[in-house]
Amino acid sequence: MAKMNMLHAINSALDITMAEHPNACIFGEDVGYFGGVFRATSGLQEKYGKHRVFNTPLTEQGILGFANGLAAFGAPALAEIQFADYIFPAFDQIVNESAKFRYRSGNEFNVGNLTIRTPYGGGIAGGLYHSQSPEAYFAHTPGLKLVVPRNPYQAKGLLRASIKDDNPVIFFEPKRLYRASTGEVPEEDYSIELGKAEIVQEGTDVTLLAWGAQMEIIEDAAKKAAEQGISCEVIDLRTILPWDVETIAKSVIKTGRLVVSHEAPITNGFGAEIVATIQQECFLHLESPIARVCGLDTPYPLALEKEYVPDALKVLAAIKQSVEF
Amino acid sequence: MSNPNNVSLNINHELSFIDGHALTIPTLSILNEEGDIYEGATAPDIDKATAIHLYETMRFIRALDERMQAAQRQGRVSFYMQCLGEEAAVTASAAALDQNDMIMAQYREQAALRYRGFSLDQFMNQMFSNEKDLGKGRQMPIHYGSRELNYMTISSPLGTQIPQATGYAYGQKVRHVDAQTGELNSTIDNITICYFGEGAASEGDFHAGLNMAAVHEAPVIFFARNNGYAISTPADEQFKGDGIASRGVGYGIKTIRVDGADALAVYAATKKAREIVTTKGEPVLIESIAYRLGAHSTSDDPSGYRTKDEEAKHKGCPIERFRKWLLKQGWLDEAQDAKDKETIREEILAALKRAEKVAKPALEELISDVYDTPIPSLQKQYEQLKEHILQHPDAYPTTAGRLK
Ligand SMILES: Cc1ncc(C[n+]2csc(CCOP(=O)(O)OP(=O)(O)O)c2C)c(N)n1
Repeated sequence: MAKMNMLHAINSALDITMAEHPNACIFGEDVGYFGGVFRATSGLQEKYGKHRVFNTPLTEQGILGFANGLAAFGAPALAEIQFADYIFPAFDQIVNESAKFRYRSGNEFNVGNLTIRTPYGGGIAGGLYHSQSPEAYFAHTPGLKLVVPRNPYQAKGLLRASIKDDNPVIFFEPKRLYRASTGEVPEEDYSIELGKAEIVQEGTDVTLLAWGAQMEIIEDAAKKAAEQGISCEVIDLRTILPWDVETIAKSVIKTGRLVVSHEAPITNGFGAEIVATIQQECFLHLESPIARVCGLDTPYPLALEKEYVPDALKVLAAIKQSVEF
Repeated sequence: MSNPNNVSLNINHELSFIDGHALTIPTLSILNEEGDIYEGATAPDIDKATAIHLYETMRFIRALDERMQAAQRQGRVSFYMQCLGEEAAVTASAAALDQNDMIMAQYREQAALRYRGFSLDQFMNQMFSNEKDLGKGRQMPIHYGSRELNYMTISSPLGTQIPQATGYAYGQKVRHVDAQTGELNSTIDNITICYFGEGAASEGDFHAGLNMAAVHEAPVIFFARNNGYAISTPADEQFKGDGIASRGVGYGIKTIRVDGADALAVYAATKKAREIVTTKGEPVLIESIAYRLGAHSTSDDPSGYRTKDEEAKHKGCPIERFRKWLLKQGWLDEAQDAKDKETIREEILAALKRAEKVAKPALEELISDVYDTPIPSLQKQYEQLKEHILQHPDAYPTTAGRLK
């Protein structure tokens, strides 16, 4: 074990992959010698050469088109999009191509070797173009898997599983936690199974569900709720697609209540899908309406970020409403 | 008659490929480092008032950049981007335009906005995202915009302004086109200039924008700022071929490359470009070559990817070069210039302190401008948020006290 921040943990997962596959490639804007603007790929070009770890021209469309081709060839393609806000120029390559490669060719070809890493989310005074959480756009696309870690340990294990998974995966990294979140991480290889949520804290009164950076917020809210005698079960979804209906439903059947929280706008956010499914699975067990604490239906603001974000206080208010319903 | 392949067939019988670097485009340079006109070069026709305004703008921007870079280090603003080394390219190109021409910038073009008359307080209000910011405190520092000054508000996603500039310019042209003949029936009164970096020129939007402009003959000046780097990525990892200029030729667009540290060369080229664009109603591409002397932004540290030696090689100052020329013209008083420089610094610091004290935008601004008027669901979210803040005023101190 070693103490690592999330960037080190990601770097370690990439390093293991590069050593394991002689033809795996890491590419994206500034990822080469510089190690990426957040330094997640630091030192890897020196270790594996410029032909395997390289800067691309500034074209997300090009990066993903290239990645699709490379993955179709059979090489592990580890593409970085510098900010999730800038994934949209690559939207066509991801939604129409990566996601449908296998289906349209009857599995003659596939891009299962593709992993897209991208920093997402707010809390860094980035305003509308450095703060978005675009997971829901991709969650509407069959053929993709979506993964979001909450801390360094999770990041390394989930990234390794994403890379090994035989489907294209988008791995959203909570950039607010890149350096802020540290913890013990094994130096050796390990994987955390995709598609499985994790119960981070057991509880009896209400289930709290989130992913990525929002986990900090709901854990904080759970603590505040405990001070008021409310016992929260806290769950990290970890994989948005496919998502672990069973674990969530089981928990909600136990607690009778669910509060879902995410940073992205509430309308058509992934929370909506969760609410619809859980009310169907658990209808007769629900003691109160399922609540969502999410971003407003506006672009992510700068000056009024504090007011905008689904913070612990807002989650706590929802918990209380749910319990007192 | 239209040519179905739209190529000129120059049949030959020898198997040969044209080299990818066959096109070498010359670079217009008029003013040397000593402030003298190169032999054989012709200085553009520039009057004293314009030249002085150009110089003062560059000097102001240098002072603003220095001050704000320092303010970021002190934690007073969250972020800043200088245009160190590119002052002449941006200012002189803006100076060659009409005040009503539209500017669509990337982000490093504060000098063009200043040339148009954006006030010091307006710069500061944007950077402090206070309630006087024209952009209502929504975007990171340096994302300026002003309808009054025909400066389209900056958008962070790179390259997106390029095809937009083509469309905007087409709008500027269409009313000058004869309905019967489809020909221009007068010179075009106002056009668009579109700035972007050599990095952004790799985006799909660049190719889409230039191709659309060429085919539909949009009156737009594409101004590529080739400053050698896109964050840490040097130009030789960005593209092959002869710069951005060679691509203009590829798209069938009239093209020129200029020394971007030479205000006179940039001015001359842009003036001429504007004349072509307004009279012929077709696009022009200008590629400016000027090394980025500073870091990409305050979040960046160039010592990680370039050497001191390399930086030293490019240290020539575009402002100083132009200043020497002005002195030789007898248009500048050195003593007064030194005094003004001091005054500007003081004014900048005072404006910074003023802007810091202005209140943040009101809570309503969270939901305004998402649509023309907030849709019902958004209005409801706002009422709920307001109620939440009123119940927990201590947690939201900047807005709670101002709510009723
Ligand atoms: C679509 C998109 N991708 C990535 C970024 C992140 N980014 C901001 S500036 C920049 C480099 C731009 O370089 P260049 O266009 O050469 O302009 P310069 O900064 O050199 O003036 C990058 C990659 C972005 N803003 N938009």
